[in-house]
Amino acid sequence: MTTRYTKDHEWVRLDGDTATIGISAYAAGELGDVVFVELPEAGKALEKGAEAAVVESVKAASEVYAPVSGEVTEINAALEEAPQTVNEAPEGDGWFFRLKLSDKSQLDGLMDEAAYKTFCEGL
Amino acid sequence: MADPSELKHTPLFDLHRELGGRMVPFAGYAMPVQFEGIIAEHGWTREKAGLFDVSHMGQRFLLGPDHETAAKALEAVTPGNLCGLKPGRQRYTLLLLDNGGIVDDFMVARSPDPDDEGSLFLVFNAARKDIDDAYLAERLPEGVTLAAAEDRALLALQGPAAHEVMARHCPQAAELSFMGVRSAAFALPQGAVDIHVSRSGYTGEDGFEISVPAERAEAVARALLAEEAVRPVGLGARDSLRLEAGLPLYGHDIDETTSPVEAGLAFAVAKARRESADFPGAERILAELAEGPSRQRVGLRPAGRAPVREGAQILGESDALIGAVTSGSFAPTVGAPIAMGYVDRAYAEPGTKVQLAGRRGSEPAEIVAMPFVPHRYRRSGGKQSGAA
Repeated sequence: MTTRYTKDHEWVRLDGDTATIGISAYAAGELGDVVFVELPEAGKALEKGAEAAVVESVKAASEVYAPVSGEVTEINAALEEAPQTVNEAPEGDGWFFRLKLSDKSQLDGLMDEAAYKTFCEGL
Repeated sequence: MADPSELKHTPLFDLHRELGGRMVPFAGYAMPVQFEGIIAEHGWTREKAGLFDVSHMGQRFLLGPDHETAAKALEAVTPGNLCGLKPGRQRYTLLLLDNGGIVDDFMVARSPDPDDEGSLFLVFNAARKDIDDAYLAERLPEGVTLAAAEDRALLALQGPAAHEVMARHCPQAAELSFMGVRSAAFALPQGAVDIHVSRSGYTGEDGFEISVPAERAEAVARALLAEEAVRPVGLGARDSLRLEAGLPLYGHDIDETTSPVEAGLAFAVAKARRESADFPGAERILAELAEGPSRQRVGLRPAGRAPVREGAQILGESDALIGAVTSGSFAPTVGAPIAMGYVDRAYAEPGTKVQLAGRRGSEPAEIVAMPFVPHRYRRSGGKQSGAA
């Protein structure tokens, strides 16, 4: 499964027509210690670019946007008790939510890992 | 955001970079917000000892012909009993406006050395030092002057292990009790350096603030960091530590509109000064002491796990607006979010239930007593307590 990235530092991993979404290791590092994650409700329809979640570090709150449109099928409820998982495994167990995609072609506009790495190096 | 090239550097800038500090703009300086991570640094300071660079703060000497003249000059703009400040002691005081608002909160220290007679050492907030200088320039009498010690760095060593660490490098400092000050020799391999040291800080822990000539600051910092118990700590943890300790931060929890009584800093209004009523804002401040202020700084414990941030509204019964949050964060030692803010006096009693309205709607919270984490100052002198 390939992982794609947005300029807002979300990652998307497609499995069939379900996309798993989280924040990149770069973003988790920039945020510092994550202490709270507010996730969308299952069943919610999200438009690409809409605010989907909020991640709070010790210092500040940051929005997480839906990288693609779809309906929320699952959220990572473990983050409620263990928000630090976002720092420990941002692109693994620290995933945020899953979406049933409404338009797979939206993925085409996102960066692959190499392009994202280059993007981050330029920041 | 400020242009990074215009930011000032403290004498420890290169060391921060070498240690992996994440540099951010703060009060015109490039300062490390964190090294290892805020939660880890916070916990390390509570359990061992953290080393903080606070060189951005304004170190000043107030110089007069004798103690009484210098102290009287400072008393004219503060509510403290500074004439009564004994040699070798430090006090927290407030620079006040004529309306009783706070220009700055700061420490004032009197050296125990008779050669320093007439000199007081002040430490201003970084973001206020220029304003303080201008304010004092207008108000100081002839014969009393304020001199910036810009060629000095200021380090804070904070935490339960600070005592034993300091005892190895500077035994004279380790003998100080809370709010004691002195000059002392800090041992270094390349030769001792003279420091001004106080037993104080802004974390709620025992510790020291060390004023050192800029060119020796890095050597002193490296000597302390070579100790197993000492790690570098950034401004992020400094903020979460002081918030847990219930200590107000200028520009957030206190400012030119808040009075000492509203801010819960009435202890800084000395008894003798209440009687003489000769400090700026005395009319308002004495009335608030007698009748109670209309609003008070309080501690808040949100019921949920989400941090509540500065600016969130505090709502009382029927969602009436009763105040605002002035500082809020996740509190690593408490293990939950905490906040402070101002509420109408009727709601200031600990145990009062309120609502906090922030970005994610309104959520319940309770007014609580501060500090959130007990202070562990060493009031009885360096040798007595068993903590080390």
